[in-house]
Amino acid sequence: MAEITMTQALNLAIDEAMAEDDGVFCLGEDVAAKQGGGVFKITSGLTEKYGEHRIRATPISETAIIGAAVGAALAGQRPIAEIMLMNFVGVCMDQIVNHAAKLRFMSGGQTPCPIVIRTTTGVGVGFGGQHSDMLEAWFAHVAGIHTVTPSNAADARGLMRSAIDANDPVIFIENILCYGLTSEDPGPGYRVPLGKAAVAKEGSDLSIITYGRTVLDALEVAGELEKEGISVEVIDLRTIAPYDEETVLKSVRKTGRALTLHEAVRPFGTGAEIAANIQEKCWDDLKGPVRRIGGTFSAVPFASHLEQAWIPTKAEIVEQIKASVGRV
Amino acid sequence: MSEIDRDKLLDIYTRTMKVNRTDEKFRALLMQGKVAVMYYCVRGQELVSAAAMAALEDDDYVVCTYRGQGEQTAKGIPIEKWWGECLGKATGTCKGKGGTMHITDPETGIMVTTGVVGSGLPIANGLAMASQNSGDGRVTLVSFGDGAANIGGFHEAMNMAQLYKLPVVFLCQNNRYGEHTAYADHTNSKSIASRAEGYGMRGVTVDGNDVNQIYPAVKEAVDRARAGEGPTLVEAMCYRMMGHFFGSDFSYMPKEHLAEMQAEDPLPKLRAVMLERQFSEEELDQIVADIDAEIDAAVQHALDAPLPDTDEIYKDVLEEVN
Ligand SMILES: Cc1ncc(C[n+]2csc(CCOP(=O)(O)OP(=O)(O)O)c2C)c(N)n1
Repeated sequence: MAEITMTQALNLAIDEAMAEDDGVFCLGEDVAAKQGGGVFKITSGLTEKYGEHRIRATPISETAIIGAAVGAALAGQRPIAEIMLMNFVGVCMDQIVNHAAKLRFMSGGQTPCPIVIRTTTGVGVGFGGQHSDMLEAWFAHVAGIHTVTPSNAADARGLMRSAIDANDPVIFIENILCYGLTSEDPGPGYRVPLGKAAVAKEGSDLSIITYGRTVLDALEVAGELEKEGISVEVIDLRTIAPYDEETVLKSVRKTGRALTLHEAVRPFGTGAEIAANIQEKCWDDLKGPVRRIGGTFSAVPFASHLEQAWIPTKAEIVEQIKASVGRV
Repeated sequence: MSEIDRDKLLDIYTRTMKVNRTDEKFRALLMQGKVAVMYYCVRGQELVSAAAMAALEDDDYVVCTYRGQGEQTAKGIPIEKWWGECLGKATGTCKGKGGTMHITDPETGIMVTTGVVGSGLPIANGLAMASQNSGDGRVTLVSFGDGAANIGGFHEAMNMAQLYKLPVVFLCQNNRYGEHTAYADHTNSKSIASRAEGYGMRGVTVDGNDVNQIYPAVKEAVDRARAGEGPTLVEAMCYRMMGHFFGSDFSYMPKEHLAEMQAEDPLPKLRAVMLERQFSEEELDQIVADIDAEIDAAVQHALDAPLPDTDEIYKDVLEEVN
């Protein structure tokens, strides 16, 4: 079977959904052919197929982009809105939090808001403080939104299809550093259900609960530690919120140890919520405190050695795991 | 400009009085302490909403604000459901989960009522975009205040709507106040409508107290939108004759100006137009009496209606009950 990159995977998923349903359309800055098919080329080739109404290049107006997506969704369409970089969601939080997330509830179920908000981010490309943040916790804290991030190309294809199918708003976070990752192409129609985690690697001594790019670090570390006789289970949440609590708790009950890991800063991060939930529900199975790893509590720095020092390192993951299993 | 035909005039009158009687009733209930909820009075602005809704087709979309009673009742939300929602009852449009500031009734075309100033305009664009994409021929009208014209989303939405020639009508109800701040203290533009030019859009300012100005202006905007000629910004000059919300202080509103504006009250003016056009006093009074009876029954129904089940807080969060 052919290999695809995450970029191709997302493009294929959107293309398929647009071919199947006239109500699916894309809007965002630079997304159309005239502007080169999106800064990361996710919508490349789609204008030629579906026209400029269904691949709408917008002005730099994040509030108007998300507002339009909300309105179109209320009218029964399925817009996919692109916010070029995740930090810019600050510009349109009102539309996401006060409107997209709440209109189903406030209308007593009459006006669901099926929009996908695609956005991209990631630490490690030298974009500095205003273009690198993982802000998933902002959305995880709001009822009424699915927050999703793939860690590999196959999942990206499957999760994007499910996000477009969903009858609620989905924030779909794409890590720039993952765009080039390749997977075997799962083929047309492939779907990964929202809210279902993957056990990316089985293990028996400790569970790492992570998502997005840090899944790669977790897998690498788990592979190395295997040689030292430490068996690590890696859970890739895939959907960050609402997350697959069942898979997480089952894993922790089995291993008795847990570590949450994300690129977003540690204080008040999603890892804190997951850790607290594990302590509450798996207290009798835990052999020690749940540990948390996240980015440094500062803006993402520019200089590459500082930026690298900011991200959770593999050495830190190893150290925490060893401390947890009592082998320092 | 040609005269509004008699049937349409009667239609506008009926809608106007529906808005007015609903407003009077709400204030009476609040004053008597029979209900205790937030209510944003529309006294003085009844005609603007009524004429605008009369210019739309039944299946056109509307986006409005917390001060949206006029659009909601004039567009035709079943009034028992409307009162049910305002009183937080299970029988309300939104099962009591929206409230006075968040009335939604898609069957009537009331798609969003937002409590966040200026947020409705970008959403209206989206409804209009869906109509443009699907070719369903609907027009979307969004109503907002003069204060909202200073929010970023207003400017983004104007620009985008004109760029795509969306079938949308922006209706600014310039009631001269944004909460406690008078127009001149929040805006230097000579009018809100004059800003349309900056987006290459058509903008008109009309007297919202004069049915012969407001109705034709909105109708023309609606017709243009439906014909694919793009959006219009209609600014209706009117006056908020009460405080920002019921019971709030309005000492900041100069008495002389209030008196001046009371002379412009749209209701006696509309009645005079009706009489001029040979509608009888009795006919007009009967319409009001019928509306009052209907409202009284709806209020009683809402007062007697059950509260929403507590379980409702878990429902409609996401599609699946979590
Ligand atoms: C974004 C935002 N800022 C502030 C408020 C508080 N607020 C509610 S109504 C209002 C005044 C709005 O005035 P205008 O747009 O003229 O509408 P009107 O109330 O006159 O109908 C303000 C400041 C709000 N609801 N939303």
